[in-house]
Amino acid sequence: MKNDPSLLEVLRQQGVSRRGFLKFCAATASLMALPPGMAPVIAKALEQAHRPSVIWLSFQECTGCTESLTRSHAPTIEGLIFDAISLDYHHTLQAASGSAAEEARMAAMKANKGEYLLVVDGSIPTADPGYSTIAGISNLEMLREVAADAAAIIAVGTCAAFGGLPHAKPNPTGAVAVSDIITDKPIINVSGCPPIPVVITGVLAHFLTFGTLPKLDHLGRPLAFYGNNIHDRCYRRPFYERGQFAESFDDEGAKKGWCLYKLGCKGPVTYNACATTKWNNGTSFPIESGHGCLGCSEPNFWDLGGFYNALSEPSVNTGNAAAFGLVAGAAVGAASGIMARKEKDNTSHAHQKVTVNDLKRGESQ
Amino acid sequence: MSKATLERGINALKEQIDTPTAAFFSSCVNCGLCAHACLFYTETCDPAKTPIHKLEPMRRLWEQEYTLTGRIRKWLGLGKPITDDELEQWSELAYQNCTLCGRCSMVCPVGNDITYMIRKLREGLSAAGHAPDGLIGATTRAVKLGSPMGVTLKALEAQAKHVKEDSGLDIPFDVEGTEYMVLLSSMEIINYPEYLQAIAKIFDQAKKTWTISSEAFEATNSGIQIGTSDIAAELVQRVVDAAEKLKVQTVISPECGHAYMAIRWEGPNLIGRPFTFRVQHILEVLDELREQGLLQVEGVEDGRLTFHDPCQLVRRGGVIEQPRNLMRLVVDNFVEMKDHGKMNWCCGAGGGVSAIEEAEEVRLKAFNRKKKQLSKLHVDGLVTACANCRIQIEEGLEENDMDMPVIGLTEILANHLVEKETGGGSSA
Amino acid sequence: MNIEAVLLWIRGPGLGLALGIFLFGMAIKLLEIFLLGRKKNLAAVRSSGVAAGFRTILSRSLPPDGNILRRPRFTFIFGYAFHIGLFVVMFFLAPHIEVSHALLGLSWPALPTPVVDVFTIISIIAMMALLWHRLTSPLLKYLTTPQDYLVWALTFAPLLSGYMAYHHLLLPYTWLLSIHIGSVELLLILFPFTKLTHAFTLFIARWYTGMMAGQKGVQS
Ligand code: SF4
Ligand code: SF4
Ligand code: SF4
Repeated sequence: MKNDPSLLEVLRQQGVSRRGFLKFCAATASLMALPPGMAPVIAKALEQAHRPSVIWLSFQECTGCTESLTRSHAPTIEGLIFDAISLDYHHTLQAASGSAAEEARMAAMKANKGEYLLVVDGSIPTADPGYSTIAGISNLEMLREVAADAAAIIAVGTCAAFGGLPHAKPNPTGAVAVSDIITDKPIINVSGCPPIPVVITGVLAHFLTFGTLPKLDHLGRPLAFYGNNIHDRCYRRPFYERGQFAESFDDEGAKKGWCLYKLGCKGPVTYNACATTKWNNGTSFPIESGHGCLGCSEPNFWDLGGFYNALSEPSVNTGNAAAFGLVAGAAVGAASGIMARKEKDNTSHAHQKVTVNDLKRGESQ
Repeated sequence: MSKATLERGINALKEQIDTPTAAFFSSCVNCGLCAHACLFYTETCDPAKTPIHKLEPMRRLWEQEYTLTGRIRKWLGLGKPITDDELEQWSELAYQNCTLCGRCSMVCPVGNDITYMIRKLREGLSAAGHAPDGLIGATTRAVKLGSPMGVTLKALEAQAKHVKEDSGLDIPFDVEGTEYMVLLSSMEIINYPEYLQAIAKIFDQAKKTWTISSEAFEATNSGIQIGTSDIAAELVQRVVDAAEKLKVQTVISPECGHAYMAIRWEGPNLIGRPFTFRVQHILEVLDELREQGLLQVEGVEDGRLTFHDPCQLVRRGGVIEQPRNLMRLVVDNFVEMKDHGKMNWCCGAGGGVSAIEEAEEVRLKAFNRKKKQLSKLHVDGLVTACANCRIQIEEGLEENDMDMPVIGLTEILANHLVEKETGGGSSA
Repeated sequence: MNIEAVLLWIRGPGLGLALGIFLFGMAIKLLEIFLLGRKKNLAAVRSSGVAAGFRTILSRSLPPDGNILRRPRFTFIFGYAFHIGLFVVMFFLAPHIEVSHALLGLSWPALPTPVVDVFTIISIIAMMALLWHRLTSPLLKYLTTPQDYLVWALTFAPLLSGYMAYHHLLLPYTWLLSIHIGSVELLLILFPFTKLTHAFTLFIARWYTGMMAGQKGVQS
């Protein structure tokens, strides 16, 4: 589009020193599990990178993802990186509105055909397209339209990645994930409710540096951030091992910082970087604040059987199935048992008294 | 005309299967521990002789007839029907290779009473005509002649005469209203007439009234061994009738294991009503007399002696301490075998095995267990309380060139009775 | 369907299904046993046999003579090791207690995980030893039926997968947890229709054996 300043120039304008910038690159390299030698490469690539065009579509979402990415406590390099991309369309952040906004989108799509990045937050309703529309265009239609010429799609947040909260039972809107609709484009799922900001910038940095997407796990998430299990990295793990569990949020165990497994922590089945990168500029992460992990970066985390129920507990009420089994079993068992008993009683009736003359086989043999 | 058929056998077997049986079959985990408790396995190492395996046809029948899954399998044509050939094969396991000694039932970790089921299996085998000839013969004699060995009243009367000559004591026949009615086993009458004299002396000293019924003196119940309740009931009924006719208080089962099992524990169940009199084993009576001070003995045996528990008496009958109390009365140097009391090892001849000719080889092999126990103990003699055990042990010792007297406990006690002016017997 | 969805199904509807089938089968099993009935004992008993019955229920869990090193040693040692290990793992691992808490409202103190871990290893080793024994001992080879191997595998799978899940071996935890819970569900489903029922029916078996012996004056 315009003759944009390079990323480095923008950062300079924002008062970021080169030192700080290199530090960021090194941190990004290590976060993405790249060899340390990659930091200068990243720096170089970023310095020269021109602001890529990004179209951001928000569907059935709560804006939490955007909040997470933009409202960091203090301005950060991650936040600045955001200033450094050409965010050509974003409901919440753009100044334009109405048809002007839609025109901007169309223009960006046209100018950067096949090169722009599409970021999506929110799930897509399929039960009735009218459940969520933007400028009279249904989410489904808009997604298809914008995705068609995108270089890659970043599904930000668990809603876009896996359906998220709108997808939770009974899913009245028929909400689905981006990957349920778009199957012919590279999709990176940056799940989390909301996702960690640095993950987004890391993915962007990777894209800008190498022109490719980072390595993904089986759920399409960047392995560098989602390769580790919360439970494995959790500082409360020793308490788990020792069998020391908080039984309620205000008991002695909770005060002593014991493991939150019994209070419903889903850390053991959650893959995310919280335990290492933490939140709020590295202040803490949920378990550190005394609350179990909700498993927010995992598909269906809303339906994992209650946030405060232990992971080993059944995720649905099994009482009915058990009661049904018991009653049916009792009925069948009674029938079968009575049949057997009848059969046995018949043998008593059929019993012919055995005398000593009956002990040998007859000549009929 | 003989009428044993496979159908009758299966019918009888199905009639026998009950709640405990179903629980037992549901519980077995094929751990094989019962094998190590059974002398027929330990002395032959033949896995087919594993106690629970002796019940395989019965287990299958239970599964096919009395469980839903089994019935479905049978209905789908997946069940394996029970055949005559199979029963014939299992007859050898259930009769020749089991003395119903009950040891397996003591060790099974899930608590199966295997012996209880083998007794039931015999019910089906005999009704199907697969009982061994030896037992059929014995049972026929028991019903027709009143004794499995064909011992007649005449023979008993002759023995009674001997006792009179020897000790001057009368053997009272058919006396009404006595406290005790004594039963005898054929083996005792023929092989160990000393027993009768011992009883006479003891009761004489204790001043107890007793009698023998000329109509029902035989205690051995071949019906139990062959496993035909109908016949066993007939034999029990004879004793019950006699006891009730003579209005005795207590019927005494002789020194024989199975006789005790038959009259004491199976008897009322066989005839379908409780008895109106008590039943005691002679050792129970003697121990009672001892407690009451009515058994006055003097002198002790000088040898090192041990006691062989007859299985039906101890493990299957509950007479455990009495023989020990009585042994200590007259034996100074009384030593126990390592496994004794309710965990004793069977002699190898009970449960009808001694009546089966074809079982002779395995019976003597099974005796090796007792032989090993005895050779470890270095005793001068062995005391027991069952004529059947006694014959087996004597035969086994002879076979193994071991020289050691085998004596009945009642007899030993009689030998030590305090001499009475009326008595003419000898004392040790 | 991804593994997360599988785990979700296994933790929810799958568990309900397995529990339902388990209870269905056990109800049949127990009714079939009890409805067969048994004749009343008419002999003059030495005692009611009730106390003896209960004592046998307990005493058959102890080695005869109180000596674990009894013959056949192998079966005794590894039989105990396996059962004790399994018992500890089943009932004293915190997550397992949570299941009971959720299903029945019952809970009790857990053992430290490394302790449970040791018992798991004991159990696994003992089970492998018992399998080896079954495959090599002439006596056991003779007695063993295909079902014995099936039952072995059904019991072994939860132990092994549980161990692997705890140690994050080979597969991601979500997979292992799914396999673990799934294998338990398979166990539950086949339980009533195999000799696994011994875990329950042995109480009935011991009771009758103990009671009948007790009536005769023998503590079996
Ligand atoms: S608090 Fe959660 S993540 Fe941490 S050790 Fe406990 S269960 Fe694992
Ligand atoms: S009752 Fe005795 S002989 Fe018969 S199977 Fe059991 S241990 Fe062996
Ligand atoms: S000891 Fe009991 S469980 Fe083991 S094989 Fe024998 S009957 Fe079955």
